[in-house]
This record gives sequence, structure tokens and C-alpha cells, in this order.
Amino acid sequence: MTLRIEVTAVDTPEASRLLAAADALSVERLHNCAVTRIYNVAGDLSESDVVRLCTELLADPVVDQWRIGGSEPVGRSVEVSVQPGVTDSDARELERAARELGLPEIRVATAVRYDLIGDLTAADVDRLVKRELVNTTIERWSSDALTPEFSTGALAETRVELVDLSGLDDHELMELSRNRVLSLDLAEMQTIRDYFEAAGRSPNDAELETLAQTWSEHCVHKTFRAMIDLTHRRADGTVSVSQHDGLLAALRVVTEELDPWWLRSAFVDDAGIIAFDDINDIAFKVETHNHPSALEPFGGANTGVGGVVRDVIAVSARPIACTDVLCFGPIDLADDRLPAGVLHPRRIRDGVVAGIADYGNKLGLPTVNGSVIYSEGYTGNPLVYCGAVGMLPHGSHPTEARVGDRVVSIGGRVGRDGIHGATFSSAGMDANTGEVVGTAVQIGDPITEKGCMEVVERARDAALYTAITDCGAGGLSSSVGEMGEDLGVEVDLSGVLLKYPGLQPWEIWLSEAQERIVLAVPPHHLPALRDLCQQWDVELTDLGEFTGSHRLVVRHGEVSVVDITMDFLHDGLPRRHMHGEWTDPSPDDGRHVSLTSSLLLEMLAHPDVASNEDIIRRYDHEVRGGTVVRPMVGPRADGPSDAAVIKPLGTADHPAAVVLSNGICPRVGVADPYAMALAAIDEAVRNMVAVGGDPSRVALLDNFCWGDPTKPDRLGSLVRAVQGCVDGARLYKMPFISGKDSLFNEFDGESIPGTLLISAIGLVPDIEHTVTSAGADDGDDVWLVGHSSNDLGGSLVNVMLDLGSTRVPESVTDPLPRYQAVHTAISGGLISAAHDCSEGGLSIAIAEMAIASRRGFDVTAPAGSDDALRALTNEAPGRIVLTAAPSNREKLTSVLGNHAARIGMVGSDPRIRLRFDSDVVEIGIDAAVAAFTGHQDTAL
Amino acid sequence: MSRPPVLIPHASGTNRDHEAAQAVESAGGDPRIIHINSLRNGEAKWSDHAAILLPGGFSYGDSLGAGGRLALELRTWFATELSDAVTAGRPILGICNGFQALVKAGLLPGPLRPTGRSVTLTHNQRGNFECRWVTLGVEPSCRSGWLSAMPDTIVRCPVAHGEGRFTVSDPAVVDEMTDAGLIAFRYLDSGTVATPPTGPAAGRYPANPNGSVADIAGVCDLTGTVVGLMPHPEDHIFDWQRPSGAPGHSGLPLFKAFVEAAK
Repeated sequence: MTLRIEVTAVDTPEASRLLAAADALSVERLHNCAVTRIYNVAGDLSESDVVRLCTELLADPVVDQWRIGGSEPVGRSVEVSVQPGVTDSDARELERAARELGLPEIRVATAVRYDLIGDLTAADVDRLVKRELVNTTIERWSSDALTPEFSTGALAETRVELVDLSGLDDHELMELSRNRVLSLDLAEMQTIRDYFEAAGRSPNDAELETLAQTWSEHCVHKTFRAMIDLTHRRADGTVSVSQHDGLLAALRVVTEELDPWWLRSAFVDDAGIIAFDDINDIAFKVETHNHPSALEPFGGANTGVGGVVRDVIAVSARPIACTDVLCFGPIDLADDRLPAGVLHPRRIRDGVVAGIADYGNKLGLPTVNGSVIYSEGYTGNPLVYCGAVGMLPHGSHPTEARVGDRVVSIGGRVGRDGIHGATFSSAGMDANTGEVVGTAVQIGDPITEKGCMEVVERARDAALYTAITDCGAGGLSSSVGEMGEDLGVEVDLSGVLLKYPGLQPWEIWLSEAQERIVLAVPPHHLPALRDLCQQWDVELTDLGEFTGSHRLVVRHGEVSVVDITMDFLHDGLPRRHMHGEWTDPSPDDGRHVSLTSSLLLEMLAHPDVASNEDIIRRYDHEVRGGTVVRPMVGPRADGPSDAAVIKPLGTADHPAAVVLSNGICPRVGVADPYAMALAAIDEAVRNMVAVGGDPSRVALLDNFCWGDPTKPDRLGSLVRAVQGCVDGARLYKMPFISGKDSLFNEFDGESIPGTLLISAIGLVPDIEHTVTSAGADDGDDVWLVGHSSNDLGGSLVNVMLDLGSTRVPESVTDPLPRYQAVHTAISGGLISAAHDCSEGGLSIAIAEMAIASRRGFDVTAPAGSDDALRALTNEAPGRIVLTAAPSNREKLTSVLGNHAARIGMVGSDPRIRLRFDSDVVEIGIDAAVAAFTGHQDTAL
Repeated sequence: MSRPPVLIPHASGTNRDHEAAQAVESAGGDPRIIHINSLRNGEAKWSDHAAILLPGGFSYGDSLGAGGRLALELRTWFATELSDAVTAGRPILGICNGFQALVKAGLLPGPLRPTGRSVTLTHNQRGNFECRWVTLGVEPSCRSGWLSAMPDTIVRCPVAHGEGRFTVSDPAVVDEMTDAGLIAFRYLDSGTVATPPTGPAAGRYPANPNGSVADIAGVCDLTGTVVGLMPHPEDHIFDWQRPSGAPGHSGLPLFKAFVEAAK
């Protein structure tokens, strides 16, 4: 028997959201909307069972109405349901809950019906469906009731398909690579063909896929390991050619050179690790989830958070915080500028933010630091950087599996979801990508991951495992393959718990189904781990053992699935030799324009500067009770913060805390990727120092998002950016502890602007000595640390006014003394407020401090620029604005020395006055608040 | 009892249990986080504890409405244990998801109408999850004995929820609850995080962050033993936890009153 149960709420947030969206889409004829949740239930239920199901589970008696059977739609109706095979978590939850109620076993498929009320045309409905209601990558829809799809997989005979490679010519090899979404190049395909020819047999589908995953750009970072020749054409006409023997190696070498005592682990594991206090270490990792977020923003960002949190769990740490940095196309992009097959930037942003909020909030992790950037270059390929921080007792993370240990997977079940994620992210996208690799996109299940988090922490404390890794891109093929690299493993897939029957062995082996952790468990600890998992509602599968055979052997029952040597799997990949080119733009000072108060307001309202409060408040930034410096600060909690300070739960016996910040300057990279890297490092560091972070205890993470590296111009700019990172790490004496590259960020052959995110993690010695941008008091002196520039290349105004400047401000040559001085001043309690100068330069830094504190500022920009615009909006790195009581003037003069100068004062007059030479530009604080927040200020 | 044992049940998806434990410990209690599976299979007993604190989070992912499935479990597995606790006067405190579960299980504010449950917590008026600091006032007429022992009647702390809007089936329910002393906390208009509250939030956003009717942030049951609220007083125990500039009004007195009542 199949029942259709409909539940309608009195007024739902979805309905108001849709009305708002229709408004934004100029679908003015939508007057109202009713949202109905539909539960299709198959099972042998009595009438009273159905009533119980409805009253106890589905409908809230105060706000919902329920009925059995289909109701007449009002207006035009759109019924939406997930595609078969896509996670339907409400359905699964209802099945479980029905079991708890003691009802007969049921199967559920959910849907949502929107009744669109108003005099709508077919075109209006189509627009709403396409832009707002349905994403065909994961959803289907109809104007009538959809037939529920309960069956999520067909039973099929287990089958392993042989793929005959012998004798294939180059053309045929490449065709095979493309048809199977292997993303392997010719040399790699030839190597595989030769290996199996030598072995005297054909590879089967699973072996080919295993090699493709393990050798994917995503998993093995072929470009970052390649030998690269760089041709650099300078503006003065000189050309230099240099050879780069591995970009990754270059970054690692600096870390090894610096090797500070507090560095615990860099690059070797799923996350970098540094010392925190006498007992605990801190782990940090940042990942990207760009392609999945382009196709299905909610699911893509959702599983992006899930993935990076698993990286932290996989170094035996308890996750304690999340970060996110997002790059989207222009939010007001005109429809005719939207390429076919691309979701509108607004929709991508809303989905991504909802996805991050859903996962982070449900894991109980505070999302505390981030940035959002809008530029046309990200329209077809948005960037979603997700970071996670964890804490672990020093020395508690085991990394050596032993022969005889069991290979154990815990967490989620395996479905056909997420197959080919690693290879999909190792190629560019176009209008058809959604159709071809729809299976690579998935919806997360944070509660299952939360269970893994709880189990791993306890298993670690009881020393139940000898090695751990997360199951991410490439699924079991990558995680088991990597874990068994030194010893060899043999696993049997027939015991893997599946979401639905009918998966072929290669699909089980490759599935990137989320929320799984793989552990090496000594056999005598297995019963204890099972008990732990049972208590925490986490499923466990014993897959096989570490053998010592140095082979990767995979079976499905008696059927052989994979049998290759670990040597070939991990070392057989031929090294690439690549060529990059970089041409410096010809130097141009750009036009000269005057600074006006209306330009100042436009800058404050620019999406890259304006308040992100609407996004930030969707994230729980308070959970775990350790947030000391929040993303929003000041008496109205609406001023922008430079960095987050987190006091980890359970460390109340000392005053130190963790500080997190980031730097990202893609505009600089357009003119000079080398300068961009230094600028991003400086931005991350000065943000951190501005809240009280100690510049001698900072570790860095790099995340490179670039276009197709086989194209020389993309590779050339990437190499220049890596050089900047290497030199920056030396200059700032800050090691890189982890990094990641995401290449092939292209849509229809158009690359994103090469975008480097630098994330920094460090220490605040004492939480009593943190400051924010908001603490200024009337009468305080205003100080400017660092030197300004006359160059506007890479700046916000250069883009806003299209000035055409290609000269970027000089990088800082000796940053540490000034940051040490600022740190001494802040830890000595001499500073009332601090804020870094970034987008918009000094003018925006001052305006934001005025907004955050609701106090007037009157400052004079240093001499040395051509005009007021250049003096006040240049984005020279290395600058921090400080405020301090005049009584501290003498002490500060001695602490800051020649690193800083007094440039003005904080006044009770509620205006922002910016002076240069004889020019004065001023705006009222109320106008500044309105421009920055997008709404009028209310009285204090 | 010097340090009364306080049960903090953990269901899959619960979080803020560690902060709740920290608050209970700071208030002089002995917090014990115990998985609901252990309570179900008898490894641990509700009756071994002098008080119960249902913490925040997303039990079971909030899939079928926030706290809905946890409410079902409280009703189907633990109805006797909970009613025994109420009868014995052992205080029960539900925060956020714990509050949602107690309301949906019918324990808060308890039966008001013969027709069934007449209050609920539903989606915030603005439609989204929202995290921000709010100011709460303890309702002077609240009938809960242990809550009225709180010396400081104003608490500042964050909210962090998507379904925290207190709603009633008809407006008369609010009056009945007011008359019966069942309203425990209301949102106050705090002005700024730095200045003292000036009066009720009067439904205005963001002081009333979710559109709750009559600014209701928390309620108690007819016995006064069971109290629930949406905001998170457990996140404001130490001075350094509050945003700079906000003077006093921590959540600690609430937990002290709770632990005191457990003795």
C-alpha cells in the first residue's frame, strides 16, 4: 500500500523566501505561495498507524495541517523531489522513527509542492523553477504529482568488467580516458597499458578506476610535483628562463629550514599540526569544494565542510572551529550575462551559505572566520574554501598500521553517490558537466559525521587504533590504498554496508559517499571499538587486513576486483614536465581621479567591503563557548573583525587562545601573482596581529585555486605565486604546515583569476589582551603603522573606477619588527582598537573603525602620494591603524619607534574626516553605517 | 549532597553538552554526559541523578522538526522516569534543542487544553538560523520555585537556532500562561550589548530574535520543576565569553539556582 501524506504549515519560511526571490527575479505576478511537504509512504500501515505517524511525527498540532491523499493545487503547482539515488534524509529519518514507534516497516520518499498563486505566465513559472525551485542535477519536478521512486537501486549480478588495453594506440587510449572520466593524460594511459601488458593480462574496471583516482590531480597533485620550466617576460623586455623542480617541494623546504620548536607535523598528514599548550596540539586544514558547489551549491558546500572536518578528525583531533572563504560572480549579474548551464551567482551564494551553515551548525562547531569576494571571473566557477581546526593531546595521533591490523571503516553507508569526484575536479567544466557527472554531487549527513567525531575521540583516548585516515576523494580506493602503501592490504567489499542494493564492486570501491573514516585496528581492540560504535549509533565494517604483501588486493566475496602492486599504484605515475609562461603587464600609473564623499560611500557599499552580517549570523559562531573575538564587533555588534580568537573548551587553566585569520588578494594577482602571494601572507599576518596574535607563533596554509595548468599562462602565474609563498615564508619566518591546490577551475575554457588563499593560525598569549576594530574612545590618538604607496594596481578603486593602473604597491621588505612592536603594544595594554588596512586602504579602515565604535575620526593621510585618492585608498601592505589614549603616547612612541606615526584623533563629533594635503573628504557616521550595512542606523 | 549529580543526556546530534557540563560544574554540580542509548539499555539510570539538563544541538539532525524525534523518545521510552523526576521535585532544565524536545513531548508547559498541545517552537520569523547575543529577563511572576531563587534577573547570552519562535494555537493561551505563572523568560530590548536593558523587546527584531509571541524566550511547567529556554546561558559563564563592553549578567546564577534546587 502506498499513501500520500500532505502537510501544510500556516506560514513557512520557504514561502517568504520564495516571494522574496520572485521579487528579485522581477516575477511580479507571484502574489502568494503555499508550501506543502509530501511524504509518500509504502508499507502495511493500519489507519491508526497512519494517524500516529501524522500526529506524532509529521505534523505539529499548533502550526501544521495534514491530510491523506493529494489535494487540489491552488494556482500553478510545482512538485519537486530528489532524483533517485540522491540522499533523502527526511525519508530515512521517518523510516527510523516509525521503527521506534513500533510501526510496521515502511519506505518513504518525500517531495515538496509549491502552489504559486497569482496571474503567472508559463514563462514566469519556468523562471521560478529554473532560478529558484529546482536544480536538475539532483532534483526532478512536475506540475502534477510526481510518482514516488522508492527503489533506489536495481539488484544486479556482481560483475567485474575487463578493459582490454593491449595494442591500443594513442588516440584510442585518450578516447578511453575521456569516455570513462578518468582524466588521465597520454603518458599515464601508456604507462598503465604497459604495466598490464607486462603482467600478461587486462586490467578490469576497478583497477583502471583505482589508478585514475590515485593518479588524479586532486589526489596526487601532478602539477605541484612536476618539473616546470618558466619563461618570465619582464616589462623592461628582458626574458628569464628558470627551472622549478617541484612546487610542493619548494614549499616544504622552507618549512624544514624554519623548523620552529612548536611545529609538530607539516604536509605529511591530512592536516598540519602545531603545539598549543603543555598538553594539547592544534590541527588546521583548509580545502576547496568548487566544482560540486557550482553544480549543487548547498550539497557542494555542505560536503565541503564535512570533508575538511574529516581531515581534522583523521589526525586524531577533536574539531573545534570552522572557517570559510567564498568567491562568487557578481550578485546583481544580468541574466543575459549568465552562461548556459550556470546557476546565477545569487543562487550559488545562498545555497553555499545555507550548506556551510547546515553542516557546521549541526556538527556543533563555531564558524568564526572568513571572507567573501565577488568578481565576474568567478561566475562560471565559484570558489568555496572550507577550513577546520581541531585539538588533540600531544603525541596521541598514531600513524603506523602493523601487519595483521584490521582495515575498519566507520560512519556512513555507501551508495552510488559521489562517484568520480576526484577525476571530475581534475578537469574543467562546461554547460554539460552537470549531466555528465551529476553523481559526483552529494548531500551531507552531519549527524553521522558527528558520531564519527565522538567515536574517534574516545577510540583515540583508549588507543584502539594504530592509524587513521578519512575517506574522501576516490573513496575506499584512495583511503585504503594510501593507508596500505607501506604494508599492502587485502580487503573484501562484500561486507560493506550499502544504502541500497545493486552496486557493482568498482562502484563500492570508488564511491565517495560521505562521513566515513578508515582505521587500522589491532584485532584484539576490535570488540571494544564495536561497542563504542554501537553506543554512539555509528556503523562499522571490518573490511580486511594489512598484509605485508606490498600489494593492493580487493575482492568481492570470491571475485577478484583489484590486484596490483603498491609500488605501481603509488610510484608508477610518470612525472610531468611542464612549461609555464608569465609576462609582466606594461607599467601604467592609471588615471587620476579625485576622492569624493560619494565615492567613499560607494566603496563602503561595494560587496567586497560591505557588511557580511547576513551571512555571518547564519553560522553559529558561539557554540563551544570559546569565541573571544567574534566576526562582528562593537557596541552594535556590526563592525567587521580582523581575526577570530578561540579559547578551546577544556583549557581554562591558562590564558592562551588560538587565533585564526586569512589573506586573499586576487585583484593583485591579475597584475603580479608573486606580489599577490606576499600581499596575502601579509594580510593574514596583520589581521592576526591586529587582534593580539603573537607574530613569532604563526603557521600558514596555502590554497591555490587556478585554471588549467596545461595552459602555459595559467601555469606561469601559478609558479610565480608559489615563488611568492616560498619567499614570503622565509621573510615572515612562518612555516607552511599544510596546503592544497585545486586546478582546472575553468568554465568553457575561461579561467578564474588565479586565487591564493593564505590561512594563518597562531596564538594569543593572553585572552585579556585582545583588541578589536571597535574599541576606540573619544580623545584617543590614531596611529598608522607602516608605509603608504602611490600605486593603485590591484586595489578596489582601480577596479571600481576602471583606472587602469598596473603598478601594485611594493611588498613589505622587513615586516617582522613592526608586527612585533604592535604585538608588544597590544599585549602591554596600550592599545584601545586596531584594524588592518586592506580593501579601500586607509579610508575604509578608518570608516570601519568609526562604524564599529560609532565614534568620529579625524585623520590626515601621510604625504608622498600624488593626490587624496591615492593617499587614502592605496592598498599598500603592512599597515595597521591603532587607537590609544593620549596618556600612552610616550610609551607608544618608544614601543612603535619609526614603525608608526600619529595621524589624527578620535572625536565625539560623529563624522569621518579624511585629510590629505589641503583636501578634506568627510561623511557622517550614520551615512557610513547605512552604506556599509545596507540599512539605516537606529538610535543607540 | 555537596555536588549533586546532574544528568546531561546526549542523543545523536546533541552539542553544547560540554558547555552545559562546564556551567553545571562551575555552579557546584557534578555533570554527567550520558548517551541516551545507555539510559535506554539500563547501563545508566535517570533516578541516579539529582537533576536533568537537556542540552542544545540538533538531535537526530532535526529532520522532522527541531527536537521532534527526541520528544518522541522522551514520550515512548522515558515517560515514567521523567514524571518520577517531576514528582520528586528534581529540577529539569531544557536549553534550545532540549527545550524544543520538552515542548514537543508535551512536558512544557504541560497540558493546558484538553484538545492537545497548544504551544510549539517553530521556524524563526525571518526564516533562517540566527546567531546573536540577546538579553533575557526572568519573569517576576514565574511560578518556578527554583528559578525565582536567581539573585540576578537579567541574563545576557547568545541565541543560535532556526526554530525558536514560540507560538500558540490561539492568543488566549498566552494570557492563560501569564496568569498561571508559566512564562519564565522574556527577551528584553537591550539597546546595545554595552548598555543596560530598557524594557521588553516588544516583538522588535533583533532584541526578540525569532518573532516569539509576547517575547517569550522560556517557560516552566505547572509544578515549576521543569524549565526550558531557547537562548544559551551556558555560553556566558566566564567574563571573557561576553562581547567586549557588556557589563555583567552572566548565566551562572541560573545554573547555581538549578544546582541548588538539586541538593
